[in-house]
Amino acid sequence: MSDSLNHKDKLTIAVVGSGPSGFYATEALLKNFPNTSVNIIEKLPVPFGLVRFGVAPDHPKLKQVIMVYNRIAENPNVNFFGNVELDKDITIEELQRTHHAVILCYGARSDRDLNIPGTSLKGYHSAREFVAWYNGDPEAQHHKFDFSHKNAVIIGQGNVAADVCRILTKSVDELKKTDITTQAIEQLSESKIRNIHIIGRRGPAQAKFSSKEIRELGELSNCSNFIEQQSYVIDDIDKNQLSAPAFADIAKCVSIFKDFGYKKDSKKQHSIEYKFLLSPIKICGDSKIESITFMRNRLTDNRKAEPTGDTITIDCGLCFSSIGYRGQAINNIPFDDVKGTIINDKGRVINKQGTVITGLYTSGWIKRGPSGIIGTNRADSVETIETLVKDIETLKQKTIEENAFINILKAKKCRYISYEDWKKIDDIEIKNGSIIGKSREKITDIDKMLSIANK
Amino acid sequence: MAHIVTNKCQRCRFTHCVEVCPVACFHGDEERLYIDADTCIDCSACIEVCPVRAIYDQYDMPEEYQTCIAINSKALDFPVIDTKHEPLPTAMERKKELGY
Ligand SMILES: Cc1cc2nc3c(=O)[nH]c(=O)nc-3n(C[C@H](O)[C@H](O)[C@H](O)COP(=O)(O)OP(=O)(O)OC[C@H]3O[C@@H](n4cnc5c(N)ncnc54)[C@H](O)[C@@H]3O)c2cc1C
Repeated sequence: MSDSLNHKDKLTIAVVGSGPSGFYATEALLKNFPNTSVNIIEKLPVPFGLVRFGVAPDHPKLKQVIMVYNRIAENPNVNFFGNVELDKDITIEELQRTHHAVILCYGARSDRDLNIPGTSLKGYHSAREFVAWYNGDPEAQHHKFDFSHKNAVIIGQGNVAADVCRILTKSVDELKKTDITTQAIEQLSESKIRNIHIIGRRGPAQAKFSSKEIRELGELSNCSNFIEQQSYVIDDIDKNQLSAPAFADIAKCVSIFKDFGYKKDSKKQHSIEYKFLLSPIKICGDSKIESITFMRNRLTDNRKAEPTGDTITIDCGLCFSSIGYRGQAINNIPFDDVKGTIINDKGRVINKQGTVITGLYTSGWIKRGPSGIIGTNRADSVETIETLVKDIETLKQKTIEENAFINILKAKKCRYISYEDWKKIDDIEIKNGSIIGKSREKITDIDKMLSIANK
Repeated sequence: MAHIVTNKCQRCRFTHCVEVCPVACFHGDEERLYIDADTCIDCSACIEVCPVRAIYDQYDMPEEYQTCIAINSKALDFPVIDTKHEPLPTAMERKKELGY
């Protein structure tokens, strides 16, 4: 395939978003067409998306994936344009006009709504806001979290909820060498939170944790993990499912839950209590959150939650809803409002009637929804680029003026950040971290990032 | 601790794993795949996609596969495999044999 284009019909392709899916789309493009020039457009001055602003600071090994992204970025045909936001600094029409194809990999930067009364009370947040805050996302630094009450509730039983649990229960000593922001460490060190309730809508066999994340919670040095006995139900349908190979990891989770047992070890400073089969119906309080009322559920035969009519109320001063990130629509790009994804067929963007939008593609969380880990996005981007390869003859028909894209940015006086600029920021972050014994101290202010790049 | 391709990976080479590996840590010969432990970042993406569940996190790998750790340490003797290939002709038969 790599010989199908010669120099004179060199393609210029835009990739929007520099998270995993954007980098893997770039990798797959260059594998197929080594001469392609790829412009990666990223709204922040810094790359890597949720690898930087999602993946937990105490999981440094995963962040080594950045070395792979550095290698991709070092290809002379790849140009990074940080600090350029699609739909703000540049429109989709401008990108389409200046590129043979545009691949939308801009991820999911909003939240699925809980849709119950009380979510405007102080003390209610999405887990995404908290994660982005402790990971130094410039757009999340304004959030104020109240750690003064001993009880916190996390609604949702997936890996993001598990990350939040670890950050809330680990000691300063356990976090101080990571790249969590110093501001977060300082505030967390004053935290009075002792008991975390982690709530699932369905049963233990439907929890979304990976066994590894649960195991890690079980290994926390100063934290007692236990199960609410009343809601721990594994029925025959569950048992049957759990024996299937596809459920191997969930079966592992269930066996870890069993090992946790029903009793709290009160010698430990913190506790995490797993409660199942509960749906929140109301968050209560005057101006601040004081408690949350839940409906107890039972499961139907096809494993849907249905209300039993019994309720339970949990006192707390802080609540994180961790029921999923959500993708956002961008002007003039066909969007599925229910799923929060760009409408597409194997990566080819199509409109609501199913008509293909020539030259527009998508990959990653904004293509398939906010699930799957870093590597999932690689296979996903491979699929999208396989689709693009099929369309290549059509894409080549378009004539594009040289430097058309950069000229638009220049005309708009947009201060874009190159990969070399980012490396300057990267160096300073590592240096600032090493002074205080941390792997990195992230810069959380966009103006500061830009001023380092300008030096 | 890294992830290990056990001897279940033999005569099938489905290679679903290499496509989801974010760091290209798989190497392979004609018969099977190996993980380069120094490159693997323990993300576990490969575990679920393997049609014969041949890959384990070393942490919860059954005793019987302990010898596979040494076998994987030869990974660098073989080329990196980072794109999906057609499975071997014996793949479906092998999958059945393993009970999947
Ligand atoms: C809290 C959390 C923890 C996680 N932990 C793990 C883990 O331990 N292991 C693992 O393998 N996976 C983990 N993941 C999953 C992993 O982070 C995702 O699968 C992956 O980041 C999704 O990649 P993406 O490229 O689709 O989106 P993203 O990573 O979100 O990248 C999207 C990029 O697009 C940019 N962008 C957004 N809008 C625009 C715009 N308008 N113009 C230009 N650019 C834009 C964003 O700034 C961002 O850089 C975790 C996710 C979360 C949320």
